[in-house]
Amino acid sequence: MAINETALGEAARDLVKPRIHVSGPRPDLEFALLDASDIGDVQRRLSFPERLANNDAIRRAGILLFLVITWEIYARWLDNSLLFPTFTLTLKTFVGDLLDGTLVDRTRTSLYPLVLGYAGGILLAGLLTSIAISSRIGADILNTLTAMFNPLPAIAVLPLALIWFGLGTPSLVFVIIHSVLWAVALSTLTGFRSVPETLRLSGRNYGLRVAGYVAFVMIPAAFPAILSGLKIGWAFAWRTLIAAELVFGVSSRSGGLGWYVFEARSELDTPRVFAGLLTVIVIGLFVESVIFKSIETRTVQKWGMQR
Amino acid sequence: MESSSSGLVQVRNVTLQYKTTDHLVTATYKVSCTVQHGDRYVILGPSGCGKSTLLKAIGGFIRPVGGSIVVNGHEIREPGPDRMMVFQEFEQLMPWKTVLQNVMFPMQVAKKYTRSEVRDRALSAIDKVSLSKFAKVYPHMLSGGMKMRVAIARAMALEPDVLLMDEPFAALDALTRRKMQEELLSLWDQLRFTMLFVTHSIEEAIVVGSRILILSPHPGRVRAELEAGALSYAEVDSPAFGVLSKRIHTLLFEDEPKHAPEPASAAAGSH
Repeated sequence: MAINETALGEAARDLVKPRIHVSGPRPDLEFALLDASDIGDVQRRLSFPERLANNDAIRRAGILLFLVITWEIYARWLDNSLLFPTFTLTLKTFVGDLLDGTLVDRTRTSLYPLVLGYAGGILLAGLLTSIAISSRIGADILNTLTAMFNPLPAIAVLPLALIWFGLGTPSLVFVIIHSVLWAVALSTLTGFRSVPETLRLSGRNYGLRVAGYVAFVMIPAAFPAILSGLKIGWAFAWRTLIAAELVFGVSSRSGGLGWYVFEARSELDTPRVFAGLLTVIVIGLFVESVIFKSIETRTVQKWGMQR
Repeated sequence: MESSSSGLVQVRNVTLQYKTTDHLVTATYKVSCTVQHGDRYVILGPSGCGKSTLLKAIGGFIRPVGGSIVVNGHEIREPGPDRMMVFQEFEQLMPWKTVLQNVMFPMQVAKKYTRSEVRDRALSAIDKVSLSKFAKVYPHMLSGGMKMRVAIARAMALEPDVLLMDEPFAALDALTRRKMQEELLSLWDQLRFTMLFVTHSIEEAIVVGSRILILSPHPGRVRAELEAGALSYAEVDSPAFGVLSKRIHTLLFEDEPKHAPEPASAAAGSH
């Protein structure tokens, strides 16, 4: 035992011993600068393919093209348009229904409660968050409500909405507001909370008070979080709407996109089901990559708040 | 030391306290000082002496528990553009505004100038800190030193009664810091504004300051107020600089005196 301990002690001492030879002073060195002209321009424009690969839109279009080709090849190999129609067939149905106005009509019917519910949800979220940042009890209220209602699927509220508002647009608007409100409020509050202290102090230093302070300091400073909340809210609204239409189908005379899909399914018209889903996807892609994308490049990206 | 009614900024027996989640912290205790027009008044002290808290109180962000702060004849109750603040952190600039817009914005809020005046004043302030080339650029494209220059330009364009600087160069690298100190001094030479400057660097205090207030730690109390107007970077190696620096060092780090208000070392170290 005792021998072991001394051995251990020696090993430890061994570790402390410097292993590196310390050299003496070394001579000072100065160099004439190398001629750097043979490397060409210090700043050079990237080649065309390199710049092409740096373009987001082109990369994403490439992904879409790949998906479409895979779809087409698989569907042709499967050769069962009842289960999985080809892309060309889907596109044909899509264009046909688009041209005879059916899809336009259905989309318009869907968009009306969607926009109404989305706007209502954002408005309410703004109101709730304003109360939440102005007082501690307000924040507690919002946090509790969000914790309660955010996990509650909008579809689960639909039966209640039908009892309260009946079959029709008001019920749809109600469930869409429910799905948008909590998501947007939560991320807006998070955004407000993460505004740097120095920026808040600067704003107050200028003499900004309540409304001006929120409008000119808090909202722009929290904009990345607010924008991502708006995106999530949009996706939630869209999903909720289609699902709600699938559940209770037609409202009075004209149904929306969900109803269009539902109807096609009951007629075993699979290409039309696909065309309906394609419409949902195309609108989603458009809003995401055109509307939100351009807001993003004009704001948070330009300001260097997001890459 | 006491000049009763004159003085641009008058701090009288100011006690400051702030709350953390489970403590009430006393930052400064009965601090009094007077800042005259055109002073480069430095508040120097070890970390935790409440120097930044004192500056924030003059800025109007914190209400004193006791005592009063009077700037230009008005007692301070809330933040305002007559006391523009330059912070240590770079994110004091609004990232959604260009350099020019950042400098213009507080003038627009204050409504002190006409629209064309605002633009001209902003451009000339940006020019004074030699950033004219970057007027249309967003802050995220600027280096730390440039952001600090914008913050200073923004504060000065508004012609505040007093410029409050909270360790403005602390986050900069040593070379940039020195350059910024020299630029600040040359700006002061041109414009002769009044500034309060918080730092924890003795060298910076002597170089930048014309008058140095030394606070003791926990809670901050006035330890001394010294004259330093004659010393700048040109005198760093001079004996006078060394003597003053040593004296400040002693005042800061000697054992806390129990009740002697006038320390013996102050007399011994004077020049």
